[in-house]
Amino acid sequence: MRTERRRWRSHSLVQLTLVRYREFIREPEAVFWVFVFPILLTAGLGIAFRNQAPERTAVAVVESGEGGVRLAEALRANPDLSVQSLGDSAAREALRTGRVALIAVAAGRGAVEYRFDSERPESRAARLLVDDAVQRGAGRRDPVGVRERQVSEPGSRYVDFVVPGLLGMNIMGSGIWGLGFAIVDARRKKLLKRLIATPMSRTQYLASFLLSRITMLVVEVALLLGFAVLVFGVPLRGSWGMLALICLLSALAFSALGLLLASRAQTVEGVSGLMNLIMLPMWIFSGVFFSASRFPDSLQPFIQALPLTAVIDALRASMLEGASAARLLPELGVIALWLVGSFVLAVRMFRWR
Amino acid sequence: MTGTSTHPPLRVRGLRKAYGDVVAVDGLDLEIRAGECFGLLGPNGAGKTTTIEICEGLNTPDGGEVLVLGRQWGRDDRELRERLGISLQETLFSDKLTVAETVRLFRSFYRDGPTPDAVIGMVQLQEKTGSRVGQLSGGQRQRLALACALVGNPELLFLDEPTTGLDPQSRRQLWELIEGYKASGRAILLTTHYMEEAERLCDRVAIVDHGRVIALGTPRELIASLRAEHVLEFAAGDTSPIDERALASLEGVCSAGQRDGTYRLQVSELHRAVPALLGELRRREIQLTELRTHSATLEDVFVTLTGRHLRED
Repeated sequence: MRTERRRWRSHSLVQLTLVRYREFIREPEAVFWVFVFPILLTAGLGIAFRNQAPERTAVAVVESGEGGVRLAEALRANPDLSVQSLGDSAAREALRTGRVALIAVAAGRGAVEYRFDSERPESRAARLLVDDAVQRGAGRRDPVGVRERQVSEPGSRYVDFVVPGLLGMNIMGSGIWGLGFAIVDARRKKLLKRLIATPMSRTQYLASFLLSRITMLVVEVALLLGFAVLVFGVPLRGSWGMLALICLLSALAFSALGLLLASRAQTVEGVSGLMNLIMLPMWIFSGVFFSASRFPDSLQPFIQALPLTAVIDALRASMLEGASAARLLPELGVIALWLVGSFVLAVRMFRWR
Repeated sequence: MTGTSTHPPLRVRGLRKAYGDVVAVDGLDLEIRAGECFGLLGPNGAGKTTTIEICEGLNTPDGGEVLVLGRQWGRDDRELRERLGISLQETLFSDKLTVAETVRLFRSFYRDGPTPDAVIGMVQLQEKTGSRVGQLSGGQRQRLALACALVGNPELLFLDEPTTGLDPQSRRQLWELIEGYKASGRAILLTTHYMEEAERLCDRVAIVDHGRVIALGTPRELIASLRAEHVLEFAAGDTSPIDERALASLEGVCSAGQRDGTYRLQVSELHRAVPALLGELRRREIQLTELRTHSATLEDVFVTLTGRHLRED
């Protein structure tokens, strides 16, 4: 029989890695969740939380007599107020249902009464605006002259905050899901057992997952960041090298975690439950959508030890503040510990059957 | 390779394996000769798969000795993997890959062997080269499994129930492929619970039950050991049981047995036994509801040895 010449393409590591790509590309759902979904989420959040002109505050005036008309005029002079003239019961109804933040009533002899709920932040703001308008209308002059300048700087908007969070979440998801599902599925189908019945190198098998992860990571990161930078002008203040290092280290750490979760599970259902159990606390605590510092101090040691917290903190510090390697050392250390710990444990626990 | 001529392809001595309290293999001995197709025939749960997986190095025995191509598992694994071809009982290859991609992947694991195209040709899947595995029929999947076992040009081929669950036509097609491989003079160990398969493919057969070899020989020798070339089976209408000894003493009948209302006679001379049986039934005024005869098979050997059928269906 003829013996095939071994070209690079017929090398087993190349073949194993090609299989990983093929299985991924031929699964349209996987392509959607890894590449498209994060972009849709970024777009949605960017649009929903875009900085916009502050809305006018709605207030009601109960007009009864001369005083009422003058009161309404004074309020309409303030462009930040939207003033409705209502009857007494209609005004109460509007306040109760939140359509107006405050009711102003001319109480006779020039006095004005404010009716509002001081528990509601917009009502407290309305109280200040209305009072300002009333006092000015009555002829108050401010002793100090002020100037205003509007500021909206890239780096401080919500979209700038959320993009590093989404990037970290995406790296976590595709690392854990990508490895976990593929390995448990191969075990369930007895494909793992069939593979170790060949001279295949087990190291190469596991390495093929990491190799394919890294190349797909480049695409994933480039798509999401490219979109965020081009469409929303999200800043990248840190060095490209540092960003690449954080992404690479995180992808490897989450892949190792995926490997660990998949090391024994016999069914896809089993591993799904396990993966969700591990990822759920990170979705909540690691500061994807809001700052992790909002949680109580007693929880902080736990939160800071989560790999996703470290990944997101590092990404935010690098992208938004241009943090140096020295400043990112604690976060990089946490990620590296997760990588080594998960990998060592996974290799010890791994079952090929 | 050195060693192939002096060592038998496979030698197993006193193999034991238990899963908890369940003894799967209970002191099993085997020896496969160069170039032969050896069959492990037995019902489900007889220990066939455990035995073959220990020989494949995929399972560890509790006791006993296994020599594969003169080598031992645990010492020469890497070399053995290069020299063995394995088809497991139920492997599901990735549905998303094509036939060619799957074969190329498996070929990449071996140093030597035919080209992927050549292997696909050997199992007659040329027309399916570009098809996804998910679209293959059961028979085509089994041929793909065979292709993946052949990519390393193995010296010893393990086939664990290669045709289980296939329709008769696919089964015959696979048999032809295995016969073609046999012609190259390399050894095969195959397990099956189909006696036709063992009779057709195997040079020698070990009948396995409860983890032991209960009979060993060529299919012809095993059938001849019954000392009866034919089997006569009949069922009678609702009557009191017929004495088995009376049936066994009929002319041309070697032995008789009864199970679930069906009587089973081993017969050396059919032309004498049938009239004798009919005469006896008429004398006893018993109505026949069913009467069959067939040439003795390995199934009859198994039934004679154990009182059970290979497949209880």
